[in-house]
Amino acid sequence: MLQIDLWKRVVIWALCALGLLLAVPNAFYSKVEGHNDAIAEIELSGTSPEREAMAAQWPGFLPSGLVNLGLDLRGGAHLLAEVAVEDVYSARMKAFWPEVRDALRPERSTIGTIRLQPSAGDELKVRISEPDGMTRAMEVVRGLAQQVVSLSGVGASDIEVSADGSVLTVRLSEAEKRATDERTMQQSLEIIRRRIDEVGTREPTIQRQGTDRILIQVPGIGSAAELKAIIGTTAQLTFQPVLGRGSDPDANAGIGNEILPSLDEEGAYYTLESAPVVTGEELVDAQPAFDQNGRPAVNFRFNPTGARKFGDYTAENIGNPFAIVLDSEVISAPVIQSHIPGGSGIITGNFTVEESTNLAVLLRAGALPAGLDFLEERTIGPELGADSIKAGQVACIVAFTAVLIFMFLSYGTFGLFANIALIINVGLIFGLLSMVGATLTLPGIAGIVLTIGMAVDANVLVFERIREEIKSGKGPARAIDLGYEKALSAIIDANITTFITAVILFVMGSGPVRGFAITLGLGILTSVFTAIFVTRLIIVMWFERKRPKELEV
Amino acid sequence: MRLRLVKQDTKFDFFSRWKMWLGISLVMMIVGFASFMYQGLNYGIDFKGGTTIRSESTTPIDVGAYRDAISPLELGEITISEVFDPTFAADQHVAMIRIQAQEGQEAVKSDIIAQVQVALQAIAPDIKFVSVESVGPKVSGELIQTAAIAVVLAIAAVLIYIWLRFEWQFALGAVAALVHDIILTIGIFSELQIKFDLAIIAALLTIVGYSLNDTVVVFDRVRENLRKYKKKPLNEVLNISINETLSRTFMTSVTTLLALIALFVLGGDVIRGFVFAMIWGVIVGTYSSVFVASAILLYLGVKRDWTNKPDANAGTQFANIDA
Repeated sequence: MLQIDLWKRVVIWALCALGLLLAVPNAFYSKVEGHNDAIAEIELSGTSPEREAMAAQWPGFLPSGLVNLGLDLRGGAHLLAEVAVEDVYSARMKAFWPEVRDALRPERSTIGTIRLQPSAGDELKVRISEPDGMTRAMEVVRGLAQQVVSLSGVGASDIEVSADGSVLTVRLSEAEKRATDERTMQQSLEIIRRRIDEVGTREPTIQRQGTDRILIQVPGIGSAAELKAIIGTTAQLTFQPVLGRGSDPDANAGIGNEILPSLDEEGAYYTLESAPVVTGEELVDAQPAFDQNGRPAVNFRFNPTGARKFGDYTAENIGNPFAIVLDSEVISAPVIQSHIPGGSGIITGNFTVEESTNLAVLLRAGALPAGLDFLEERTIGPELGADSIKAGQVACIVAFTAVLIFMFLSYGTFGLFANIALIINVGLIFGLLSMVGATLTLPGIAGIVLTIGMAVDANVLVFERIREEIKSGKGPARAIDLGYEKALSAIIDANITTFITAVILFVMGSGPVRGFAITLGLGILTSVFTAIFVTRLIIVMWFERKRPKELEV
Repeated sequence: MRLRLVKQDTKFDFFSRWKMWLGISLVMMIVGFASFMYQGLNYGIDFKGGTTIRSESTTPIDVGAYRDAISPLELGEITISEVFDPTFAADQHVAMIRIQAQEGQEAVKSDIIAQVQVALQAIAPDIKFVSVESVGPKVSGELIQTAAIAVVLAIAAVLIYIWLRFEWQFALGAVAALVHDIILTIGIFSELQIKFDLAIIAALLTIVGYSLNDTVVVFDRVRENLRKYKKKPLNEVLNISINETLSRTFMTSVTTLLALIALFVLGGDVIRGFVFAMIWGVIVGTYSSVFVASAILLYLGVKRDWTNKPDANAGTQFANIDA
């Protein structure tokens, strides 16, 4: 019963050929990588002779997918950052105060005077002098509420207004907080991506993890500290009215105001109004430049709304100072000389050229909406990665050779068949890894080595069965047939259970563990495929040619 | 001439002393567990938080000098160890410096790492820092939790799968073997104080997979032989099944071990702990599929009416010889 339909044979060989074809680029890693990079560059910024030459290194009709090398093999930096999503709540509430104030002002006849009270960051407390007018005050403030825009919380109000005696409290509703968190995360991801892209590195991984974390992996970067310098600053730029200047950081600033240190002058502090006139969000461009004295500075331009606000403010406040604040430090506090209508300006400070360039990058990419806490950081030098690859390669080759020899010694011709299948198997693993764009890590290499060892298991099960059947007096064809038939349930059960653990590892694991799970899982799939179909087909083809009277396994 | 690890037609009696083997396994598990409880694992930064710096220099490493250079920084507990490996070049001297998680700091501070690097550069000018890894205590706590959940989930999933494919006695036997393997692996890690990090969890789960693979192959044969030899007592059927699969068990274990040993010797020190766990797991896993999983199966007994339809009242039922 050793018949396999022609179409099945074609499909099996075609699958093998396809898998091996997909694996081929990995054998010429640096060439293909150069080719891929060149293609990407040509697409991005036009062609040039060198790029064409690089692209021509690898023929375009061949597949060019490569197994990505993980950080531990290539070197680079890894950061896990937690986004302080609550930061945004207080910024929201801070910006809300002028709105509340302006809305309550016309009602002063019923509610009396209004005064901002000190409060926790994520709420706004307002005292009114006529508690009887509280109902009206709440009504007015509630009138400012807007509907939450999100998938889950449609229709809910974005603020909650409550009253306690003469104090009115405004805070963000739960639905709004959730929606805000979501927006904060999306924004943070986008901005981190932009900042890293500005620096221009290859294949950065920027992923959201869980509710408030972001995983950043950048291959080829020198150190995690460097990466942090690029993404670690929030770069919140604000323009705030200056109320005074002093040297006491703990002085009473008054409610609704804040005291911030000067960036350059040690011991100098500015008292500022907390609500900014304009923020960095309204910037459309920022470029490194030099001021009239030839010192490094940053030129910026506002969008139309920002320009209007800035223009109005400068027109009304000629002769007053205003502060340019970056991440809670006052960069400079120039006095407004004249109305600035065009919406562009220059930030001067004690910058070096590098700092001004960096600041321009940060401002262009936009501010991070909230601060980042780094929970995990890893730097792997390229030398260590190269050493690991080398060691892994040697180990793979030795392991592979040892298993091949051992299988041949144990099963003779059939061992040879299993060996061919094993070689195809390893090829298929690489083909699949390239196809899905998986990342190969050091434990991943261990996974492949382990698969080499375990892949022969299915063949061994079959061969041992065939031996048994021969022993019990079955003819060669029948023995082979029965061997496969009876070994099948053991092969399937054994591999499914291992596959289950690989899946769990993949789902629960992170980083290197995941890389291991991928190679293990794919290795199981390919080894079952090669054992059940490929080796069998080879044996059947061999049998059809030789028609042996006796079988020696 | 063929290489035969196991001669044909073995008739070893695996179950004449099955209680003794179970007892030995139990004692080893207790020892392993006690070691884990009293000595504890040598957790890597993945689970404990802190920083490890791997340095490389061409001059020999003086651990004392390194320590003297770093200790003025007052970073709490510091361990410095030199790493030796056959894959290193002659003038490649590698040290691992581990700094505990800093009190009251969630986020990892780059300036501390920079300080350490500057201090070391003062005594070894050509020193390179080939890897620097820092994990905050918040993440490490979660990692250990996730890892534990992963192991438990894997065991539960397997329990259910084997229960569906075989019988509950088989599932219990397989899971007992798994627990045995995991405890012995954790035990040896705590006894030898090998660094226990995230990769070791991957190794543990692979051991789970491998041990199962082995157990399932034996069980598959048991299931088949239970149908074939309807009148033989269970211990004989188990014995026959194990003897029949013995050749395969050895072949697979040896090929896997061959591959793993190559990796252990030549794969570099970074994954040596990981590979060690797997080598140990293959050995323990092979042992446990015979002496734990099958012995438990013998202890629990098996329902023998595999081939019959669930209709137990039928008078023609002949398969149910002894329950």
